[in-house]
Amino acid sequence: MSARSALGRLLALGPLRLAALAAALALAAAANAVVGYVVIDGRLDGEWYDLRDLGFAVARLRAELDAVAPPALSYWVTALVGVGGILGFLGLVLLLGSWVERRLLARFQIRRGPNRVGPFGLLQPLADALKLMQKEVLVPRGADRLLYAVPPIAVFIPAVLAWGPVPWAPNMTYLDINVGVLYVIAVSSLAVLALFMAGWASNNHYALLGAMRTVAMMVSYEIPVSLALLSVVLVTGTLQLSEIVLWQEQHRLWLGLLLPVAFLTFFFSSTAEINRTPNDIAEAESEIVAGYHTEYSGMKAGLFIAIELGNAVVLGALVATMFLGGWSLFGLETWIPPYLVLAAKTGAVYFVLVWLRGTLPRFRLDQLMGFAWKYLIPISIANVGVVAVEAAILVRLDAPGIVPLSAFTLLNIALAVACARFAMPEPSGGPSAGRGASHAPVLTTVLGGLRASERLRSAP
Amino acid sequence: MESTGVAVAFWLLSALTVGGALLVLLSRNLLHALVFLVVAFLGTAGLFLTLSADFIAVAQILIYAGAIAVLIVFAIMLTPLASRDNANSLYAVPGILLGLAVAALVAFAALDGGWPELAGEALAERGFSSTVAAIGELLLGRYVLAFEVASVLLLFALVGAIVLVREEPPAGDGEGREP
Repeated sequence: MSARSALGRLLALGPLRLAALAAALALAAAANAVVGYVVIDGRLDGEWYDLRDLGFAVARLRAELDAVAPPALSYWVTALVGVGGILGFLGLVLLLGSWVERRLLARFQIRRGPNRVGPFGLLQPLADALKLMQKEVLVPRGADRLLYAVPPIAVFIPAVLAWGPVPWAPNMTYLDINVGVLYVIAVSSLAVLALFMAGWASNNHYALLGAMRTVAMMVSYEIPVSLALLSVVLVTGTLQLSEIVLWQEQHRLWLGLLLPVAFLTFFFSSTAEINRTPNDIAEAESEIVAGYHTEYSGMKAGLFIAIELGNAVVLGALVATMFLGGWSLFGLETWIPPYLVLAAKTGAVYFVLVWLRGTLPRFRLDQLMGFAWKYLIPISIANVGVVAVEAAILVRLDAPGIVPLSAFTLLNIALAVACARFAMPEPSGGPSAGRGASHAPVLTTVLGGLRASERLRSAP
Repeated sequence: MESTGVAVAFWLLSALTVGGALLVLLSRNLLHALVFLVVAFLGTAGLFLTLSADFIAVAQILIYAGAIAVLIVFAIMLTPLASRDNANSLYAVPGILLGLAVAALVAFAALDGGWPELAGEALAERGFSSTVAAIGELLLGRYVLAFEVASVLLLFALVGAIVLVREEPPAGDGEGREP
């Protein structure tokens, strides 16, 4: 039915439009053929106009500058180019991201989301930003003036710095340092102090509660994050993010598959570090108003809200780089620009983050801390031990072939499933739900959801 | 100092570090002092970077600016409100004297030792690419005893902290309930 109706709709277009459509298709096919010829021919490889890897263009620019100017200039110019690229990308993400998040959340909650300002509501973030800028910034009485003013700016610094060592393409890394993994952990640990200062300087009990929660949570969850990244480093044998991606590309294996426990631990713990649901107890709006930024208004509050989004996207890029193959996509990266591959993976992780936000309820504070100390950290330590043995075996093989790698992958996935099945806390529904009670998800099957509401309505 | 860029970076970072450290001493508010302390730590990390010590620089940020600062936050928040200022202390003069003595010692060591000054190209020619591998091999090779002693000491500290804060469960209740 659909095929015939599609054909009918096509014919109804009329001969002129049909011809235009055919011409467009032919043009696209010709362009594809040209691109395919150029890529297979390899005459593009390493040239400065190779748009698949902007690193070549920068290298050419540097060579040209070095020929006519002192070497310091080329450093300055390339540094500014890189910073401009990262900041431009970040600005685009911050502008688009809030719209994407709100639209997606609306879809998860069966509503429409922002759709009035501009086409599809696309200008909503701009309108929000303008509104926030016009608002007065109130400083609460008794607030610590200095410490109140610094945090909204200070929280931005780690979120921008963390983009530095992310490799976008083989030659396209802004800060290709050989302590990249440590750098990421170090930079992300800087944010906690800024958030604490925000909460403390506000002279507000809710803000201080949020700040204390932030500090406690970040201190707890930095340990599983570090242990998860330690197992990545053990397997790849390098701290350099670009080398980690190269390892995944050479072995045609994503580390998320080889190290599922580390992957999930890193992902979950990072959601705690960046205050995303289900771990956003630091600004739980139903308990403590807005946590550490309760007393901030105007664009200062806007900065806090924006950086939450920026952190989520940085987390997406880091997860994609370290566990999902980074810019590599099993050979497809010679056809598609690798930075687009990385952006797509980042977007996918970000989508999962929004999905979690739309789906899961928030943990209680003691549940969250208990989960970190009693479950995640012991499991992570055990996982590092297992991975260390595997890494020792892999190092002793000359070239780790497909057999040991797939054997370890299967073993680790089995261990992860066993962990999830047997080593996790019992789901409890409060004080009345004793052991041995039914563990069926009561909320979704009996009380909540569309089906349940229909069933309740139809019940006599 | 082989280039103007490194010289400028050195003086800027030194000013940041020394200024931050001075403000730690001079500021009246304990939390302001903490912020300036973090600034001084970051400046030190930058100084390490100008010396091509990438691992030490990142470790400085991770441990001092990240962890130690949070530790101080805990210490401040868990002490009574009255002691939350950076007030005068009986130890001011001895402290300054001790600081000057340590500075003199470090300066003597820095000026007296014959440090091999290699950077950039010269380092690369020697096949020295990363300090991480070198530090790791030294820690688990030549200095393994000190490394193990340090880790045992940390374990003792951890166990000691747990023993100190552990509450005896009340007699009637068999297993302690979660708060």
